[in-house]
Amino acid sequence: MSAILTVDDSISIRAAIKIALSGEGYAVTEAGNGAQGLEKASAGGFDLIITDLNMPVMDGLTMIRELRARPAGAGVPIIFLTTESDPDVKAQAKAAGATGWLTKPFEPEQLVRVVQKVLAK
Amino acid sequence: MSGLDPTETFRQEAQELLEQVEKGLLDLAHRPEDRDLIDAVFRGLHTLKGSGAMFGFDALAAFTHHCETAFDRVRKGEVPASKRLIACVLAAQDHMRALAEGRPVEPAVGKALLADLHAAVEGGDAPAAALADPAAPVAPVGKTWKIRFSLPTDALVNGARPLPLLDELRGLGDCRVQVLTDDVPALGDLVPTECHLAWEVLLTTTHGRDAIDDVFIFVIDDMTLEVEELIEASTDNAALEGATKAPSAPPSEKPVEAAAQDSRAVKTGETVRVPAERLDEMMDRVGELVIAQSRLRQLASSSLDTALRAVAEEIERLAAEMRDTMMVVRMVPVIQLFARFRRLIHDLQNDTGKKIQLQIEGETTELDKTVIERLADPLVHLVRNAADHGLETPEERAAAGKPEAGIIRLSARQSGAEVLITIADDGRGVDRDRVRAKAEENGLIAPGQVLTDNELLNLIFAPGFSTAATITNLSGRGVGMDVVKKTIEGLRGALDITSNPGEGSVVSLRIPLTLAIIDGLLVRVGTSRFVIPLANVEECVELSPAQDLRSTGRSLITLRDELVPFLRLREQFNTGSAPDPHQKIVVVSTGQDRVGLVVDQILGDHQTVIKPLSSFHADIGAFSGATILGDGGVALILDIPALVQLGQRHDAPMRVAG
Repeated sequence: MSAILTVDDSISIRAAIKIALSGEGYAVTEAGNGAQGLEKASAGGFDLIITDLNMPVMDGLTMIRELRARPAGAGVPIIFLTTESDPDVKAQAKAAGATGWLTKPFEPEQLVRVVQKVLAK
Repeated sequence: MSGLDPTETFRQEAQELLEQVEKGLLDLAHRPEDRDLIDAVFRGLHTLKGSGAMFGFDALAAFTHHCETAFDRVRKGEVPASKRLIACVLAAQDHMRALAEGRPVEPAVGKALLADLHAAVEGGDAPAAALADPAAPVAPVGKTWKIRFSLPTDALVNGARPLPLLDELRGLGDCRVQVLTDDVPALGDLVPTECHLAWEVLLTTTHGRDAIDDVFIFVIDDMTLEVEELIEASTDNAALEGATKAPSAPPSEKPVEAAAQDSRAVKTGETVRVPAERLDEMMDRVGELVIAQSRLRQLASSSLDTALRAVAEEIERLAAEMRDTMMVVRMVPVIQLFARFRRLIHDLQNDTGKKIQLQIEGETTELDKTVIERLADPLVHLVRNAADHGLETPEERAAAGKPEAGIIRLSARQSGAEVLITIADDGRGVDRDRVRAKAEENGLIAPGQVLTDNELLNLIFAPGFSTAATITNLSGRGVGMDVVKKTIEGLRGALDITSNPGEGSVVSLRIPLTLAIIDGLLVRVGTSRFVIPLANVEECVELSPAQDLRSTGRSLITLRDELVPFLRLREQFNTGSAPDPHQKIVVVSTGQDRVGLVVDQILGDHQTVIKPLSSFHADIGAFSGATILGDGGVALILDIPALVQLGQRHDAPMRVAG
């Protein structure tokens, strides 16, 4: 069973992600901002991280960058959530080390497809 | 930078696709039944949507989707390509362009466009429902694709996994995978977190090209991906025919298009994505090679070692071929440039109320891509001018006994190392009296000054000159003819205008094929050497001592009954030493104007790699660049337009006197 960390300051989005993914048999852990996400991810053990970009305390971009610099963060797929209006942010996130993206708002099926796409089986 | 930025690449592609769609739509207005055109428009929209989504232009993709759907219905024969529908999609182009360029758009505008589109599709003839039977599509025929890809070296660290990619490909159909290990470094140099493997996959699938691209959607920006359709003894004649007819752009110029082209297009060769700036770098290297080669030639020529001489000759041949190949790689047909004028003319008709027919000739003529880019603005200006100042209103034309629709003809053809581009109109022609009045008013010429007709016409290109009595919406928006002239001369080209009252005007541009390397004539003046671009050289004659003496003080020689002014470069460059007894005159020309340049010796022709002058020296005027010679010396390249102008100025008072 793959372990997934979802980092988002919106409780509803975290919930939506958790519902969609636990339904598919993934174990989902939540974090409310980039700093929390970084802390949890640094402990290791996640197969995939899904993160928002705009968050208090530490934003998603910073988190991705920090995480990629740490041993536990190397090689873990990171999907970031983006809105339609920010193609530049997408490029930035990719440069920071994100693996893929998902456009908000998204359907649960889309999320599952993207997760399956980046998770090594 | 732009060459490496995928978003920028997409924008460029989008621009080209939109132009292609626009061209199709405009043609379709005349031939609404043309299947090829309908297909072309659909393909363009389809690709735009597909790659838009791929590169994150989701709003564009969503919007384009509706236009694509509309044309899909046209394609299926459900709705006709009505004038209304074409107009709607044409109107939608600007919106799409804004979305592609990332300009802010008014969502309401998009909505209104879509509503119009919807109405146009529904409002057309009643859908021939019987024709379309989506339940019974043509039996899908599997296609075989050869896919070759490698991930960026840091892909693994960033969470990308080759295995799921391969699995996904396998999910599309029958797959044969081969791993390519060529780039794997020696064990000692191997960094385990880096990815050096590449894969070649033979995939037989009923899915389209889009499905393959979708597999790579998260890595496509940074990876190397080549997808090629393998053609078997195919019975799909329609596809072959469609592909040969499609006016596809050259692969060198449009890397993304190659990747995103409709799956129906049959590719005969592989294409590789190369950022433009790498091409520039390569051109630089070829330049260095040519310099090194000419040094080698010089060494070899003074050596008795026949083996060395043989190698030097071999290298010379290879360097020349290399140079030619490199130039071909950078060549782009001018159709890219001309295509946009169809829309411009369309808009100009609306803006001016004039009827304009655009004729295009020689659109397959090729030019260096940097040259093409820099030609765009001047040409737009010239075409605008022709429409605005040149052509008359339909009433005026009727009164003058001309057909109501004016003609603007754009043509391109290659002549030697140059491309000749002309913009001709059959309008009223340049009003000489008005030009003269305006020039006198602006102090460009003295009142009553005697000028040849050509000189008078060329006043149009003088800084600050405009014949428009009022500044209209079309012209007089900052770019004047002087800027056009400057840009053209910046490309080492020349421009000239001829005009007959009542019959129209022709502006001709002569543009060198490329900016990086030219063939030049190496000459000596005093102890210095200079390069004269060969394209400008008309002939070389001896300056006989008698002529030399006779011409003192009135620098004119008679060449076949024509007086040609000449400049003594020794004087121009303040060369101290005594002149050679047998000085030569190199006659050079730009457009109509000729001038002789007196030099001490002609050393021969020389393949010249142009090095730009530093910003300190760029304004000197008489030189357009520098080059390194085989012996390591530096020669300055003469700026022929500047020298010709100088010569003509010297000549002007002579003409008045004589």
